[in-house]
Amino acid sequence: MSESPAHKLLSDQVMIQMDGVHKWYGAFHVLKDINLTVQKGERIVVCGPSGSGKSTTIRCINRLEEYQRGRITVDGQELSNDVKQIERIRREVGMVFQHFNLFPHLTVLENCTLAPIWVRKLPRKEAVEIAMRYLERVKIPEQAGKYPGQLSGGQQQRVAIARSLCMNPKIMLFDEPTSALDPEMIKEVLETMVTLAEDGMTMICVTHEMGFAKTVAHRVIFMDGGEIIEQNAPEEFFTNPQSDRTRLFLSQILHH
Amino acid sequence: MAEPHIPHPDLPPPVSSVGPIGWLRRNLLSSPLNIVLTLLALYLLTIAIPPLLSWAVLNATWSGDSRDACQASHGACWVFIRVHFDQFMYGFYPEGQRWRVDLSALLLIFSAAPLFIRAVPSLVKLRLSLSILVLYPLIAFLLLSGGRFGLSVVETSRWGGLLLTLVIAGVGMTAALPLGILLALGRRSQLPAIQTLCVTFIEFWRGVPLITVLFMSSVMLPLFLPTGMNFDKLLRALIGVSLFQAAYMAEVVRGGLQAIPKGQFEAAAALGLGFWKMMGLIVLPQALKLVIPGIVNTFIALFKDTSLVLIIGLFDLLNTVHNATTNPAWLGFSTEGYVFAAAVYWLFCFGMSRYSQSLEKRLHTGHKR
Repeated sequence: MSESPAHKLLSDQVMIQMDGVHKWYGAFHVLKDINLTVQKGERIVVCGPSGSGKSTTIRCINRLEEYQRGRITVDGQELSNDVKQIERIRREVGMVFQHFNLFPHLTVLENCTLAPIWVRKLPRKEAVEIAMRYLERVKIPEQAGKYPGQLSGGQQQRVAIARSLCMNPKIMLFDEPTSALDPEMIKEVLETMVTLAEDGMTMICVTHEMGFAKTVAHRVIFMDGGEIIEQNAPEEFFTNPQSDRTRLFLSQILHH
Repeated sequence: MAEPHIPHPDLPPPVSSVGPIGWLRRNLLSSPLNIVLTLLALYLLTIAIPPLLSWAVLNATWSGDSRDACQASHGACWVFIRVHFDQFMYGFYPEGQRWRVDLSALLLIFSAAPLFIRAVPSLVKLRLSLSILVLYPLIAFLLLSGGRFGLSVVETSRWGGLLLTLVIAGVGMTAALPLGILLALGRRSQLPAIQTLCVTFIEFWRGVPLITVLFMSSVMLPLFLPTGMNFDKLLRALIGVSLFQAAYMAEVVRGGLQAIPKGQFEAAAALGLGFWKMMGLIVLPQALKLVIPGIVNTFIALFKDTSLVLIIGLFDLLNTVHNATTNPAWLGFSTEGYVFAAAVYWLFCFGMSRYSQSLEKRLHTGHKR
């Protein structure tokens, strides 16, 4: 792994440790020996062709996907089959989905306060204060009383980010957060993510936004066929890719 | 500098496209076929309405105490209903005690009234409806069957008429919905034991006719019980109806659960919600809202199916009416009796249907998927 300047600033506290993780869907081997260490405050962008296992990898970290072999440790706690343990880890790991997955029957504010109230057991008043703070941060406090169905895609995704932040997570996972958005809305979501990055949040982001990767990531990971093919600091990764598959992928994605 | 653009003022729409004329054109006369159908419907109405009106209203007899009052006219004899009205409402409930039935009904109406007022906050409504669900059955049971607080005992065999119909329908609905939700969740469970249990339960109860269930509960069950042990007949019917309808309800609810996108489950799980919170806060509110039409459909069917208890000798509204028509003093008035029964059933079912529609409208949050 190369040493980018930003990288040196990171503490050496390990937030996520994946050791030899394998996953099969039936007979289909989707993840092949994934090894990944994520430092506290580190920002990682995962890219690769569709079906390469990027989403599956980050979905293993909060156990939305089971894996059959290997170990994953999140913030010092090892993922097991213990439901309570999984729920404990999920509280610390925020996730933003491609299709937002806001709760359509609740208002924006209720979307943001639901988990703090029911999972963190915060008093309603405090939960509302926190929610409003994060809604201001994603620049849509005025939409708090609306239902998700009344918002644009970009606004919905920003609410989804705020909803995750309200749980005060230690890690944020982004699963193609801008792939379902119209071009003019991608920018507003990316800007939100950049401010989050500037605050030192530990982030893993599956995305094809290479501009975002260049400016924000400490490390870019390229996956193909369920394997990590290459990982490097962004400037190295984009200017001097090591493998042919990476070069092919970059040529396809950067020339459209 | 260019003149600022001034938009044209809005003109009123042509008379033929709005108002009553527009409505007529759109709904009744929009195509040649529709014109023909409208005329045909008008013709049928002119044939059907006058004789119906003259039978039910114009030539009907409203006052009197015996069938003699009806001899003179050839219209409906509503005296029959008037004379038997209390019987239709209370069955054989002792006359001096009928205030207890009225009181239970009023109690329910007044305690549930805030649920139908929009201004009441939803949290209050939730608490109120839960307390009604828990407390009201106890209070109503004590009031109706007596035996405590100086109230004389009225055996359930004397309950009848609309009272019995409402008791069976009310208990059936309040038991079937939660039970059905649990069965639906169980059927989708990852745990094989729970899943098998729920599937077996649902398929068993859905596979047998309600009449069979009622027969079995009243004829076969006592054969298996030790002699001398008597299990209230109404209670057996209530359990039979509740379990039977719960199986139907389970499938309705399961339909709703299947319509909830996987992303909703994942988002809830990713926030750290456990199974019951995920279901109770995220999935079921959406799923149940989607299947309100199906739930109300089942409720309406249940309401009308209560009339089947007549085959095990319970006197619900329909059986009470039927019984009155066989009274030798009042032979020949079965039409009036059944029209009355039909009207009462219709009123309740229509009420449920309208309520469900307003509920759907109110819960609509304009979301798209």
